[in-house]
Amino acid sequence: MAQDGFLKVSRRGVLAGGVASAAASRASIAFAQENSGASAVEATVPLKFTVNGEDRQLDLDTRTTLLDALREHLQLTGTKKGCDHGQCGACTVIVNGERINSCLSLAVQHEGDEVTTIEGLGSADRLHPMQAAFVKHDGYQCGYCTPGQICSAVAVLDEIRKGIPSHVTEDLDGAMQPSNVEMRERMSGNICRCGAYSNIAEAMAEVAGA
Amino acid sequence: MEFNAPATENLFDRAKLVGKSTPRIDGPLKVSGAAPYAAERHDVVAGQAYGWIVGAAIAKGRIRSMELGDARRAPGVVAIVAATEHEPVGTSPYNHAPLFGGRDIAHYHQAIAVVVAETFEQARAAASLIRTQYDAADGVHDLARVKSAAKIGTGFSGESMKDTLGDFDGAFGGAAVKIDATYTTPDEAHAMMEPFATIAAWEGDKLTVWTSNQMINWGKRALASILGIEADNVRVDSPYVGGGFGGKLFIRADAVMAALGAKAAKRPVKIAMQRPLMFNNSTHRPATIQRVRLGAGSDGRITAIAHECWSANITGEDGEHGTLQTPKLYTGANRLTASYVSQIDLPEGNAMRAPGEAPGHMALEVAMDELAEQAGIDPVELRILNDAHGVVPGDPETKISDRHLARCLKEGAERFGWSERKAQPGQARNGRWLTGMGVAAGYRAGPTAKSAARVSLSADGKLKVETDMTDIGTGSYTIIAQTAAETMGLPLDSVTVELGDSNFPVSSGSGGQWGAASSTAGVYAACVNLRRMIGEKLGFDGDAADFQGGLATLDGQGWQITEAGALSADGEMTYGDFKSDYDVGTYAAHFAEVRVDAFTGEVHITRMLAVCDAGRILNPLSARSQVIGGMVMAAGATLMEDLHVDKRFGFFANHDLAGYEVPVHADIPHQECIFLDTLDPIVSPMKAKGVGELGICGPNAAVANAVYNATGVRVREYPITVDKYLDRLPALA
Repeated sequence: MAQDGFLKVSRRGVLAGGVASAAASRASIAFAQENSGASAVEATVPLKFTVNGEDRQLDLDTRTTLLDALREHLQLTGTKKGCDHGQCGACTVIVNGERINSCLSLAVQHEGDEVTTIEGLGSADRLHPMQAAFVKHDGYQCGYCTPGQICSAVAVLDEIRKGIPSHVTEDLDGAMQPSNVEMRERMSGNICRCGAYSNIAEAMAEVAGA
Repeated sequence: MEFNAPATENLFDRAKLVGKSTPRIDGPLKVSGAAPYAAERHDVVAGQAYGWIVGAAIAKGRIRSMELGDARRAPGVVAIVAATEHEPVGTSPYNHAPLFGGRDIAHYHQAIAVVVAETFEQARAAASLIRTQYDAADGVHDLARVKSAAKIGTGFSGESMKDTLGDFDGAFGGAAVKIDATYTTPDEAHAMMEPFATIAAWEGDKLTVWTSNQMINWGKRALASILGIEADNVRVDSPYVGGGFGGKLFIRADAVMAALGAKAAKRPVKIAMQRPLMFNNSTHRPATIQRVRLGAGSDGRITAIAHECWSANITGEDGEHGTLQTPKLYTGANRLTASYVSQIDLPEGNAMRAPGEAPGHMALEVAMDELAEQAGIDPVELRILNDAHGVVPGDPETKISDRHLARCLKEGAERFGWSERKAQPGQARNGRWLTGMGVAAGYRAGPTAKSAARVSLSADGKLKVETDMTDIGTGSYTIIAQTAAETMGLPLDSVTVELGDSNFPVSSGSGGQWGAASSTAGVYAACVNLRRMIGEKLGFDGDAADFQGGLATLDGQGWQITEAGALSADGEMTYGDFKSDYDVGTYAAHFAEVRVDAFTGEVHITRMLAVCDAGRILNPLSARSQVIGGMVMAAGATLMEDLHVDKRFGFFANHDLAGYEVPVHADIPHQECIFLDTLDPIVSPMKAKGVGELGICGPNAAVANAVYNATGVRVREYPITVDKYLDRLPALA
């Protein structure tokens, strides 16, 4: 089928392009031996980055997302995969101080980056203040969106502190306040189907006020 | 232990832990990312390969061919199990649609293959190389088209879903005030945050699945039946469940395909179902068409009440019974309730949070609002006026166990500032905002099911509870620990709780808001047995002794319970026939306030309040979360949630979390929830009922009524989206 041919070509094209741009800053690229069948070329790329303050090195399939690098390769499963499409926010991590959906970037884009995951914020016996506030205010139920909510919440308060405006910011010149509406607007990329929003807002307000 | 008579005063009436707000004992694990969900269990078995499920691209028909060669030759592929090469799997009493049905396709995105590869990326890439040809068959995908062919449905216990009392037609014909309105609710998705996920591993003929499931024992038996193996050879483990809402009551394709994939690959296989497959592959809440007729005297007393509901399902059975609450809520001597079901060619409809009642309230409680307006009576007053006492209105032979609905309404109205509401709709204006308030009553059954547990006391005074109960976000871990600590007289931090393993005693599981009441009663039964064992060992009557602070005391004597040494006791709570004389229900009054942009029609919910009557509240902190979570889902049902059926091809077109809109932070204001201090002696020794579904029964209608109160526009086709009313908003003055 013509369609098959198109897909093959396009995959090769995409891979080649991706590899070429990655190669500019990398010493070595390993290619898996091409299979005799219809399959595409597979490439792995070495990656060095910092995760929760630790230097990590991985040799990754170029298609591996930052999310899967964390969950499957580093077995840091606190970061959740809810949709793999940037639609739910469960995979939120903090990269170089800014929150991102880790499912929406390839791991190999993160050479040299500093990644903080939920495990890096605190542990069960040494909770980060935001984690402790979530426990106190019952800012979760099933817990699956929770690490993403907490990573977002920490980054949101930082954004407000830095005066980065949002859609609902009324006064762009004055000192920005962590108001309920400001926090809710900024947190809206993190879905909680259990519906803990009201409690999350209270947890964030407590931390913001501290 | 059989609960065979109403509860009298017991240790829970003097409780120190049960009934007190307690942060979740699993909280630190959840907030630190350390709680292990199904697909994350790298440690349970070595050599996990990755599976990717391929879904059918037609709604009905047969697979003509599958080209698998390219996929098989793709890098990293270990095994492929495809519909053209594999017998259909068996069925279970819990599944309507086939989970892997060979060449015959019953619904869109039915699993037709699993590709197993060394890595996730390889499995996904190889799956895209499979080319499938179909012979599509004609199907019917439109509820309105199949409605006329509907048959009377059957309820959860096989009962007919049509009931009459008195002479509805005569009474309705002669009523001074009448409402006859039809409402529609769309198909809805559970859309829980954790996808269906399973790691499956075979050891000889024994299968273990680490999965995400609400009902462990159902899952174990269903998986055995589906795969044609002995239930004793199946272990299901699900200690953390990332949301279910009914969607994880039953084994789904992730578990079946992981098991088949693992067999073919001869190694463990992990599958997390891709989000875009979930909506059509699994179950949903079926759409309804509901007609409500209410007849009342000019004093507002209801004389005639009819509620009919039409829904459809793939088998033509098991519909969405929107009428369930109607016989329970309001008096009226002449009644008709009927729920009809048709066959439709869509994915399987099945239980979603308060199946039946959630959409049922969206019709009945809006009709009550319409009746109140027509009768010129305040909606809160109308509900109090028609409140039931003593017996179930639609079933006068059944007694009401414990009901305080009028109190919920009165206290709620007071608290919410209901007296500020303008009875005339569209009259309250604050700048660009039209504002309004709405109220609705809520009813959801408070069932119990038999439930067992094992409690083990170690020589150092630590207590371990094991039961196959699940915690789907409901707070089971914590209320079970509270119950065990209370009964054994130990501090909360001496108790550990292990859940969700089919090797543990069989519990009620989580569903139908029966879990909290049932599982804690089962743990209580096991603890009573352990107290007896300790008494026998140390020479006192364990039933008569008082257990507190690690001591058992009786008649002035005391014993350290650790002196009995390590002991373990199983126990189970079962329920006697006396309960069938009663309807055990939970009740609520829900209030909502909205503002509607007079220019754009955008709706903002500004306040929500629930006042709940559900007996003893075991842990007010997590129970409140259950209720406000239900209120969020209810807000979604009213204002946005809508699986759009592509009626040409027979599938839900918006099958991901961008297309299927659910409420986000910005949509939800501060929510308030108040629990009445009530006890229900009919439910169990705990006198406690569940609230997880009560929270979604009524807030949906309260929001709809508030939108009407704000705008004067009544939208009866849910969800209430701006396209349905923008041209009818009040004139901009």
